[in-house]
Amino acid sequence: MKDFIIPDRDFGTPAAKSAVTISLLVDGIAVSVPAGTSVMRAAAVAGISVPKLCATDHVSAFGSCRLCVVQIDGMRGTPASCTTPVAEGMVVHTQTDDIARIRKGVMELYISDHPLDCLTCAANGDCELQDMAGAVGLREVRYEAGANHFARRDAEGPNPEYRPKDQSNPYFTFDPAKCIVCSRCVRACEEVQGTFALTIEGRGFDSRVSAGMMSDSFLSSDCVSCGACVQVCPTATLIENKVIEIGTPEHIVKTTCAYCGVGCSFDAHMRGEEVVRMVPSKDGKANRGHSCVKGRFAWGYATHLDRKLEPMIREKITDPWQVVTWDQALDFAASRMRQTQAAHGVDSVGVITSSRCTNEETYLVQKLARAVLGTNNTDTCARVCHSPTGYGLRTTFGTSAGTHDFDSVEDTDLALVIGANPTDGHPVFASRLRKRLRQGAGLIVIDPREIDLLKTPHMGQGLHLPLRPGTNVAVLTSIAQVIVAEKLYDEEFIRTRCDWDEFLGYAEFLMDPRHSPEEVEKLSKVPADLIRQAARAYAAAPRGSIYYGLGVTEHSQGSTTVMSIANLAMLTGNIGVPGTGVNPLRGQNNVQGSCDMGSFPHEYPGYRHVSDKATREIYEKAWGVPLSPEPGLRIPNMFDEALAGRFRGLYCQGEDIVQSDPDTRHVTSALSAMDIVIVHDLFLNETSNYAHVFLPGSSFLEKDGTFTNAERRINMVRRAMTPKNGYEDWQITQMLANRMGANWGYTHPSEIMDEIAMTTPSFAGVSYDLLDREGSVQWPCNEKAPLGTPLMHVDGFVRGKGHFIHTEYVATEERSGPRFPLLLTTGRILSQYNVGAQTRRTDNLVWHPEDILEIHPSDAENRGVRDGDWVRVASRSGETTLRAVLTERVAPGVVYTTFHHPTTQANVVTTDNSDWATNCPEFKVTAVQVSPSNGPSEWQEEYGSHSERSRRILPAAAE
Amino acid sequence: MSHAAISADFSDRLDAIIALHKEREGPLLPILHDIQAEWDYIPEEAQPVIAAALGMTRAEVHGVVSFYHDFRDHPAGRHVLRLCRAEACQSMGADALADQVRAALGINFHETTPDGRLTLEPVFCLGLCACGPSAQMGDRLLGRANLAKVQKLVAEAGA
Ligand code: SF4
Ligand code: SF4
Ligand code: SF4
Ligand code: FES
Ligand code: FES
Repeated sequence: MKDFIIPDRDFGTPAAKSAVTISLLVDGIAVSVPAGTSVMRAAAVAGISVPKLCATDHVSAFGSCRLCVVQIDGMRGTPASCTTPVAEGMVVHTQTDDIARIRKGVMELYISDHPLDCLTCAANGDCELQDMAGAVGLREVRYEAGANHFARRDAEGPNPEYRPKDQSNPYFTFDPAKCIVCSRCVRACEEVQGTFALTIEGRGFDSRVSAGMMSDSFLSSDCVSCGACVQVCPTATLIENKVIEIGTPEHIVKTTCAYCGVGCSFDAHMRGEEVVRMVPSKDGKANRGHSCVKGRFAWGYATHLDRKLEPMIREKITDPWQVVTWDQALDFAASRMRQTQAAHGVDSVGVITSSRCTNEETYLVQKLARAVLGTNNTDTCARVCHSPTGYGLRTTFGTSAGTHDFDSVEDTDLALVIGANPTDGHPVFASRLRKRLRQGAGLIVIDPREIDLLKTPHMGQGLHLPLRPGTNVAVLTSIAQVIVAEKLYDEEFIRTRCDWDEFLGYAEFLMDPRHSPEEVEKLSKVPADLIRQAARAYAAAPRGSIYYGLGVTEHSQGSTTVMSIANLAMLTGNIGVPGTGVNPLRGQNNVQGSCDMGSFPHEYPGYRHVSDKATREIYEKAWGVPLSPEPGLRIPNMFDEALAGRFRGLYCQGEDIVQSDPDTRHVTSALSAMDIVIVHDLFLNETSNYAHVFLPGSSFLEKDGTFTNAERRINMVRRAMTPKNGYEDWQITQMLANRMGANWGYTHPSEIMDEIAMTTPSFAGVSYDLLDREGSVQWPCNEKAPLGTPLMHVDGFVRGKGHFIHTEYVATEERSGPRFPLLLTTGRILSQYNVGAQTRRTDNLVWHPEDILEIHPSDAENRGVRDGDWVRVASRSGETTLRAVLTERVAPGVVYTTFHHPTTQANVVTTDNSDWATNCPEFKVTAVQVSPSNGPSEWQEEYGSHSERSRRILPAAAE
Repeated sequence: MSHAAISADFSDRLDAIIALHKEREGPLLPILHDIQAEWDYIPEEAQPVIAAALGMTRAEVHGVVSFYHDFRDHPAGRHVLRLCRAEACQSMGADALADQVRAALGINFHETTPDGRLTLEPVFCLGLCACGPSAQMGDRLLGRANLAKVQKLVAEAGA
């Protein structure tokens, strides 16, 4: 809806995919469109708007309102243009006297059951019903107001047909009085979102939109608050509360969601410097006009009162904070860093960047470490989730990134989802996948939990392999064995794209009986038969794709698992064509970008090793300083060194390491041992409890930059409002660098991107001009691919031949035993994001007020735990308490929780085991014991009072 | 909707009905018919269970249940009187008859008499268009209905 402010116009029906072109004449204008296009869309392509109410190009045509009727030469009557496909040589008339009469009649009927309070309506000026009344020239309504749905009462008393507003959802309102029952919302919930939360109840005059059943409200229904229905509603029936509150927006800023790795494009609808609403862009290539509750609605944190806008410092972390000027804060930070280096050596300090910051910010922070501080001690929290992907895929294929774009899911015949929970973690991707599943694609899920994807309405039967946490490699290797044993592999692909002899060696490794489904069943608890079925289904699918998430990487065998996944794709030839591939679902919005930008201690931007002389020379020349060839410290090593007294200074941008890193206590004692900790963030986060300097950050709405999503797509982030803290984050890093003697003079992030392009081959062609023009591009983007690369490894692997790695299962050291008999695995839920710093500060809390522990009823019964009880979860490294929920989604022996709330601190319990190759921490498996409890653990209380104390700010401290 | 309200008995019976039809094509309507035959209405608690079993959602089941006037959302009285309200009968004065019947019985459409004996429901065409207005009580159909005939029908049924 809202055509007059949304720049992309509504074509009425979705685009048709066909190679055949049809030509026709609409009101005398010749137009050619793909076969299968509707007459309505063809007219729109010709620039002619046919009046419509029930049609929108977000969903397929329905043909219920009859406002879009046209006349077609040689056809009888007046067909609906939205449901009539074009035919060669068709001659269409969209405006005739007959049609005008019909349309007026239709509008009269609609208006006779609609309250005429346009002037005070929230959709005033932004309502398609209004527009259509104007378009058909409605001047009078001949029907007397009789039975209707909108009047609260009539002369005889309350109107039985009237229903009050449903305001249960915190972000939008449903006002049935304004509903024209076009069912766009119902169809959007089904076709676009795939949740099927809405229906039309009753029939005829009694038809109404209903969320869930009779007794449900929007909040209690299956609705996940994605906002698709609100977006397509032509009237004020479903409308954002912010629009009711503020009014219609007046300009648009195109930007990118700052939450997850899907990287949805959004139109920020603004009034002045205030966001009225965020609407997913139809031309967004990752999201194609869809969004989830986080990006669409949960941006209120940007103006939350908790946000700190002034710099603060303190001598010791036990002191209260003192508000100071930017100059004072930066001088204090810079001189302390330099003093520390002077006293303890150049390498006694380092930086941590966040996968939530823009590429440009991340690039600057690693440049600050390398060129200004003179050390390679730079790392990113992407280590926490995705370094095994980089390592595993580079070893096997040659690039540290997923192989396909999200569009590719539209062509897949079977999706193998491993250790991911897309409906919660990557909701827009999940919606796109669900659409494909409803069209008949197969689904295999390898995950300890029965994730919601398996319950997709209207899909066929999915296959679920509920493995014991930590046994990914065993199961995947066994699947590979079945594929080889039953000769289901793609010999031609292996011969041409990989090395046949190497394959033979790998096959021999696989055929060892220890990889047989029966043997693997013993340790993974996945029935051998399911392993065989999964192998056969994946190998048989003409186009099989693999999507995996943190359940793969956050394990001691994360890198090996990624390699076994790559092996499966190579064995079956599922690489290089749409619908196939190996795709990591990146946790945070810019995990991909922050890895690309050289924030690892051993790699420059573009994954080039610091010991590589040629690369070093490029940067020495660009930056004008000598650079160290020695790799720096990874985050866990920084902490170890800190405890040993050798690492004493840290600049931490946009990352709450206390909450997001494993083994919280280890982290806090390491931080307490440092001389200078600089936290640069929106909020006084958990890490800032241990900091000496707090630099207030800017939100994604307040800065320019780029994010790179899970499909390597570089998306623009655009400044919609002035930073409330005074500066964009890259400016703050630049000021800090310059205080320490650098002489940077960037005036805009585009200049930083130009420097990245100049020094990094895979980004050579990227510039803000190009991004403005194309909307987004996928790296590699250079002379060979000037508009970027949607699909990788099309004709050959980047590394030449695909590389089969022998993937031996090694049991994690984290084993359940008599003291800790259960395995804890962690994850996330839809409405909250990561450590929740943002989402906890929005109304998303109505869906997830606290972290809960999922436990199988039999395990609960053994321990005397009832649904809703407080329980104590203890591991070798710590304990915490939270509430238990009994569910069969987890297998006996497995418990599950999220880590969105700091008071839970699930990571107090997780251990510091990590992936052998990349030190990615093992979040997904921890042996624990669960027992009934009456309230918060000692640690939680102690921690709570410590954070109270360390967040004190001196009143009137500023001089 | 209260899950707690679902007794073991209820869910066993419900599961049995679902299992009976689950594999056939278009299982929803037969399941709903059997449920109504069993409990005389479609309990709301049944809807999410049906939905889960058929790979649908409870909104969709509700959409279907509410589309058909014959599916009741609460238990009916012991007898059900149906008055046709469709076009042919309307043209023969069905609306006026409905007003008279409602006044005489003291209940509205979809309501049940306080003693739980009789429920009044509208129906849209009974296939007796030629002799409207028509009514139905149990299996008995009534043509050229008027208040007196309807009252007699009610009395005969012992309602
Ligand atoms: S709520 Fe909006 S979209 Fe849904 S049927 Fe009513 S008018 Fe149409
Ligand atoms: S917000 Fe999304 S999930 Fe909820 S009813 Fe609307 S379309 Fe469906
Ligand atoms: S959180 Fe992810 S799926 Fe949701 S709107 Fe943002 S990018 Fe899209
Ligand atoms: S727009 Fe075509 S029938 Fe409604
Ligand atoms: S219209 Fe009443 S029986 Fe057909």
